[in-house]
Order: sequence, then structure tokens, then C-alpha cells
Amino acid sequence: MRGWRRARLTGRTKQTATGRTLVFEVPRWPGHRPGQHVDVRLTAADGYQAVRSYSLAAPADGERVELGVQAAPGGEVSPYLADDLPVGAEVEVTGPLGGWFVWTPQEAGPLLLLAGGSGIVPLMAMVRARLASPSDEPCTLLHSVRSPDDVWYAAELDAAAAARHVRVRHLWTRAAPEGAARPVGRLTGADLRDLPPPADCRCFVCGPTGFVEHAGDLLLAAGYAPGRIRTERFG
Amino acid sequence: MNEHDEHPLHLDGNALAGPLGEVFLVDPTTAWRRCPSCLRPSTLAELHVYGPEPGLTARCPGCAAVALRVVTQPGHLWLQLGGGAGAFRFSRPRIMP
Repeated sequence: MRGWRRARLTGRTKQTATGRTLVFEVPRWPGHRPGQHVDVRLTAADGYQAVRSYSLAAPADGERVELGVQAAPGGEVSPYLADDLPVGAEVEVTGPLGGWFVWTPQEAGPLLLLAGGSGIVPLMAMVRARLASPSDEPCTLLHSVRSPDDVWYAAELDAAAAARHVRVRHLWTRAAPEGAARPVGRLTGADLRDLPPPADCRCFVCGPTGFVEHAGDLLLAAGYAPGRIRTERFG
Repeated sequence: MNEHDEHPLHLDGNALAGPLGEVFLVDPTTAWRRCPSCLRPSTLAELHVYGPEPGLTARCPGCAAVALRVVTQPGHLWLQLGGGAGAFRFSRPRIMP
């Protein structure tokens, strides 16, 4: 049984045309693990309440909590959070939530992360935790995304890819930058070549439902064990 | 995770962590079950979840048999386990600081 905590918006970063990262200050936040999420509750003047789930984008950092918000067209909550909630205003959050789609840097073995669009958000918490840990276990991020305009954390991912043990590969599904070797299109089995061997690798997949189902099937076909694949769908 | 406002497809049991967390002492998403209809094992996180209105329905990813339903009202949370087992009504705590 948990309660709701007040969370004050302290910053907002535009990631894409419709994607934002929001930083909240949450007094007495108990900390969390990469992959977990929170539920955010908004209360209107007439008492009407709406609750939505958002992934935590960064490892635990005191009372600072970073969420990824993709504005859904016509959505009731996400467009408001993305662009209208003023900095300094408060919402309520409960969490951290979820104990299944989580990873901690203490775990041994390579990490394989498959993100579809804004599914990058919880996986970014894992990438950041991997970069901050002394371990040099390999970490591979495959990010399936429409075009270069749709990439979250572009500069930070470029910098991460310079780390010896972190590999970041964008898979463009609609439009690729000039000179891209891979043809534009959805994730295929060919994209899973030269990845960490299935034996001791942990896989996390997050994205739209269609992407998650497709990526999960490809991982199974490539020999990754069902017990080492964890998935999270957001519709 | 992101907003569930208008989704033609299902979510998964990760989305139940918040609603069920109101009435469970431990994280429910790691709970394991075997579907009584098709015998497929899965964690609660792996169930396919449809909703959010009028409530969240979690189904076996193998055969779509109903595993649970949860409906949240202002003062109560209704939880039905399985397809035809009746629903438990929990009183929801008032807003806590």
C-alpha cells in the first residue's frame, strides 16, 4: 500500500516535436531502479482525477526525478504535461512502480536494449546506470525510430557511444540521414547480427505494442531465451 | 511507459503496478502464474492488459483467457481474479501526504 507524493516541476527539455523530459523534485523520494515507472495524478478544480504511467528516465538521484512524456494527439493528460504544466507547479506521483522490468548495474553479463520510439525512456535509465557503473560489461542499444528528428537524447547517446563498452545503433524506419548504410525499415533479424551472444545476455524491450511483439519474436528466433527477455508495452 | 489515452492495442501487466499497488504489500508484477486454460506460465507483468475503461482486463498472452480485472472508483477498487470468480471490493485509502 503506497501513498501519493507531491512533485514539483523544476525543468522541461524538448526531446522531439512531441517528446519531452520533465524533471520533478519529489520530497522524500525513496529512490528507484532503472526500468521502473511512476503513476502521475492530476486533479482538476472540480475534483476530477486522471492517472497515467510514465517511465523514469534516469537512475536514482536524491529527490530529483526525470520522466519521459510523449504527447499523444488528443490525449487527456500527456499534451498538458508536455507543454502546459508550468514550471514550479505541482502534481502527485506514486512509486517507484514495477519490479519486473528492472535492471541494476550490479548484475553481471551483457545488456541488450531494444527501444521503439519513446520506448527509449526506461532504457535510457539503464544506459545511464551502465555508464555510471565501474563495470565494463558491454551494453548495446538498438533504437528503432522514424527519422533523425525523432531521436530522444541525441547528443547524450552520441557521447555514450564513444564509451568503449556502450554501442548505440539507430534503426531508421522512415527517413535516414544521408550516407546511412542500412536501408530504411523496421527492425529485422539482420539487425540482430553481431550482438552479445544469447548465453548470459539480458534483453529489455520497450516500445509500442507492435514493436515489442515483433522484437520479442526476433529475439526468440535469434536464440535468446524467453526467461532473459523482459518487455514493456505502452500501446 | 507512456500515456494510455488512445491505444488500439493492449498494454501489459507492468501497467498494473500502480493500480494493484494500492492493495498489495509487495510488487505484484513479478508474481508468477500458470494459465489454467492453456497451461502457459507467465508473470503478472507479461499478461496482456486491455483498458483503461471501463477497467483494466489482464489476459493470458497465450490464449487470452481472463486472468484478472481491476476497476478503480473514487472510493473503491474492485479486483476479480480469473474469469468468473466474483470481484473483491477493497476500500481505497484517502489521499495520504
